[in-house]
Amino acid sequence: MSANVTDPIIVLENVDKFFGPFQALKNVSLSVRKGEKIVVCGPSGSGKSTMIRCINRLEEHNSGTIIVNGHELTDKTNDIDAVRSEIGMVFQSFNLFPHMTVLRNLMLAPRLVRKTNKVEAEALARQYLERVRIPEQADKYPIQLSGGQQQRVAIARALCMKPEVMLFDEPTSALDPEMISEVLDVMVDLAREGMTMICVTHEMGFARSVADKVVFMDGGEIVEVAGPTEFFESPRNERTKLFLSQILAH
Amino acid sequence: MSFDVALIVDSIPKMLMGLGLTLQLLILSAVLGLLLATVLLLMRISGKWYLDLPAQAYIYVFRGTPILVQIFIVYYGFPQLGFIRDSFLWPILREPFGCAVVALSLNTGAYVSEILRGGVLGVDRGLHEAGSALGLSAHQRFIYITTPLAVRLAIPAYSNDVVSLMKSTALASTITLLDMMGIARTIVAETYAPYEIFISLAVIYLIMTWFIQKAFGVFERFMSRHERQ
Ligand SMILES: Nc1ncnc2c1ncn2[C@@H]1O[C@H](COP(=O)(O)OP(=O)(O)O)[C@@H](O)[C@H]1O
Ligand SMILES: [Mg+2]
Repeated sequence: MSANVTDPIIVLENVDKFFGPFQALKNVSLSVRKGEKIVVCGPSGSGKSTMIRCINRLEEHNSGTIIVNGHELTDKTNDIDAVRSEIGMVFQSFNLFPHMTVLRNLMLAPRLVRKTNKVEAEALARQYLERVRIPEQADKYPIQLSGGQQQRVAIARALCMKPEVMLFDEPTSALDPEMISEVLDVMVDLAREGMTMICVTHEMGFARSVADKVVFMDGGEIVEVAGPTEFFESPRNERTKLFLSQILAH
Repeated sequence: MSFDVALIVDSIPKMLMGLGLTLQLLILSAVLGLLLATVLLLMRISGKWYLDLPAQAYIYVFRGTPILVQIFIVYYGFPQLGFIRDSFLWPILREPFGCAVVALSLNTGAYVSEILRGGVLGVDRGLHEAGSALGLSAHQRFIYITTPLAVRLAIPAYSNDVVSLMKSTALASTITLLDMMGIARTIVAETYAPYEIFISLAVIYLIMTWFIQKAFGVFERFMSRHERQ
């Protein structure tokens, strides 16, 4: 089975997700090709997090199909840990392991999941700390870092697994304004290097400069998908227009 | 009321002859209780009702009845049961010391499993998700993320439980053991001087409490070294 470069690496087809009686995703379909950068936006509660959490099965969808890197995600996916190790995820709240130094945060998964030896794992960790521009923080504990630094460590931790895809769930929403750009800069670098990315964010400058597609969600549905220029200059859907007018008013 | 200082000076060394037994009861029951607590905890968080329910029932019974009653049931009740007399446990349960250790362990295990469960539940869900997202298996997440953080969270409550276990060892004197409490009761029976003896004994227990709390304080600081800014 040889994958063509233009084959989608992530496919969602008619995905529904319920929390009890509440439907958080309604017939969501999306396809992402290798190297594509997707920005997902939409009002709070519209299902953005739920959608990207279904992609690495932190949430289990109820119907429809999700295929990641050639693996269909179902109840019977018994190698879910292996599938997840190919997908990096960055959370709004960083979620660094507080009891481990920065270096150990980065080395944990390569050592346990990839069985990398200690020396190589440490070299890898230092290399990625360099990439996110905080090599000097290796021996600190997360609590000793600023929010922007913690989020960059979280990005480096995900990159140490050499993922095929990176998922970002509002990576800058918990940050003080002066720290947002240091995190976005790292994300832009990553995009330039060709990483496949799905980013939930309301940083419209980031969307304009790196997105191949902008996905707008509302009420659990994907309402509009468009290139960034089209999305910002001539949105078609009324709900998109309303959302953009609210967010750009700030 | 006159206070017989000479009697105190005389009887403290005698009571301290029981310190070894008190410490044996404490340490053995604490270790066995912790093992039992870990098993109960794993049953509680297994997500399988046929493991969870028996563990819950066990914890309910042992936390809901007096420890003295539990000690008496083990000491007076178990020898009545033929299958226990025939089992490998009999050499242990034939002795009052074994009965006391068994009863104290069964009791503290129930409390400690709930303390540990509180620690496990206190670990931020986001950290599990971060572990999952990195591809760590459930087992790896439990060992490398949940356990160290849960232990840290559980230390203060666990420390209190060890103190109350230490105090409960005094009940072993009711089944003929000559721990510090057992010796004190013997001295009181001979001298009719309950105040001097029991107050001195109380001071000895207080000093032990102080040591236990200090030791756990050090452990807690060690386990929270990552929390210092
Ligand atoms: N674990 C959950 N249990 C119940 N409802 C949930 C849960 N997670 C999310 N929801 C609901 O699903 C909807 C979509 O949530 P989410 O995907 O987090 O939205 P967004 O990320 O766009 O703000 C919201 O109404 C939210 O309350
Ligand atoms: Mg969200």
